[in-house]
Amino acid sequence: MFNTNEVLETINMVEKEHLDIRTVTMGISLMPCIAGTAEETAQKVYDEICKRAENIVKVTQDLSREYGIPIVNKRVSITPASLICAPFASKSILIGKALDRAAKQVGVDFLGGYSALVHKGMADYEREFIKSIPETLSMTDRLCSSVNVGSSKSGINMDAVALMGKIVKETAEKTADKGGYGCAKLVVFCNAVEDNPFMAGAFHGVGESGTVINVGVSGPGVVQHAIEAIPDADLSDLAEMIKRTAFKITRAGQLIAREAAKRLNAEFGIVDLSLAPTPARGDSVAAILEEMGLESVGTHGTTACLAMLNDAVKKGGVMASSRVGGLSGAFIPVSEDIGMIEAAERGSLCIDKLEAMTAVCSVGLDMIAVPGDTSAATISAIIADEAAIGMINNKTTAVRVIPAPGKKVGDEVNFGGLLGRAPIMPVHGESAEKFIKRGGLIPAPIHSNKN
Amino acid sequence: MRAVLTVVGKDKTGIIAKVSGFLAERKVNILDISQTILQDYFAMIMLVDLSGASESLSTLAEECSEMGKKIGMSIHVQHEEIFNAMHNV
Repeated sequence: MFNTNEVLETINMVEKEHLDIRTVTMGISLMPCIAGTAEETAQKVYDEICKRAENIVKVTQDLSREYGIPIVNKRVSITPASLICAPFASKSILIGKALDRAAKQVGVDFLGGYSALVHKGMADYEREFIKSIPETLSMTDRLCSSVNVGSSKSGINMDAVALMGKIVKETAEKTADKGGYGCAKLVVFCNAVEDNPFMAGAFHGVGESGTVINVGVSGPGVVQHAIEAIPDADLSDLAEMIKRTAFKITRAGQLIAREAAKRLNAEFGIVDLSLAPTPARGDSVAAILEEMGLESVGTHGTTACLAMLNDAVKKGGVMASSRVGGLSGAFIPVSEDIGMIEAAERGSLCIDKLEAMTAVCSVGLDMIAVPGDTSAATISAIIADEAAIGMINNKTTAVRVIPAPGKKVGDEVNFGGLLGRAPIMPVHGESAEKFIKRGGLIPAPIHSNKN
Repeated sequence: MRAVLTVVGKDKTGIIAKVSGFLAERKVNILDISQTILQDYFAMIMLVDLSGASESLSTLAEECSEMGKKIGMSIHVQHEEIFNAMHNV
């Protein structure tokens, strides 16, 4: 028989502390869909996704009821679309629209993988594909896009960085009627991972098998409550408590992932234990950091707290599952975390501090709104800084910034739902244009040369 | 298949009678029961077997939740594996 406290603890985690399976993401290889023409390929892509992911919504609903744990999002990730579109890159948008239709047909909320991997160099078809991103994102609803511009092994492709600054700007302008919403679906990575279940950066890597289920678990509220329970503990005890909590959450995710994979005729890929906040109160990573003893997230000490949190989460996750993957750590998206939003509004959280935080957390500058008149070169420079942090520290970093059209510091842009609202944060006014214009490759660091 | 049924709420008479009757109607077999009062709150945990049950686990979970609302209690039915997974190394 089960221990009463343990049973009630699980129920409390769900009922009061927002424990949930944030996403069940089905990775689908679309390699077999490449046909002679764009039209034919679009049809095959649509058919393949509808076939493989046909039951994803029903199966996740059943699992959620049977195990008593909410499964918030159902998603699909695909082979980086630049590969699928390679023979007819100028018609990439056709494939993008087919992907969006397929996502709607199977009932997933996002489909990720309108992506290109150009961390060392950019082929002509990839450049053409990347140029299709702004228009494609403006004409689709559920499609997410990402571009990998650097890696620890290859360095940073500064030509791609320069291009992505312009692409981000253009995407914002093309979706200006929705506050630059397109940029919320566009991530620029360094060291992108192939099995990430979280959006907007999910894609199905070429090293993956045909159909895979990756699960993202979340629970900032659970961790916050665990810390609240030991208000005077020292940091070693705090780390231990976070680790234990992460263990339990990951175990729940693994169980759901295995069962979902079985019922959907897919392979079980990985569990990604990431503390992913939502705009709901009690579901905030900032609140965890503040619970640790900071008056406001963003103040001195924030980086240290986040480093400890991220590491403890990873350790608990690794103990719980031998298939931990994705990003696994703590996310710090500004617009999706009520604590971050409030800190940004107070002025205690700035982009420079967020940049430092990204050196120790699992992602990067995420869901940050900047003034609409921020230049493409400045956005490229922000991307370059993040990529450098990722490259040197052998970790994934990402940039998802929204240069909100017509908005300036003091304004706010509201996307609603899980994407939340973002106060416009100031960026440095001094130009980095000459640096970005240079182009070329920032060579890989010496410590990447391990062969 | 086995599931864990939990009933939590303000203590009053007849809770076990109500729940066990509800389960019997659906041919759900009770394997074990433990019940305590935690800070004035009634907390009951049942281990139940659904192999002969007339309903699927997900339907039973929904029905129990509905029935719980009627008697002012919070009732959950969950696959036992979730607790094994989360609380055993």
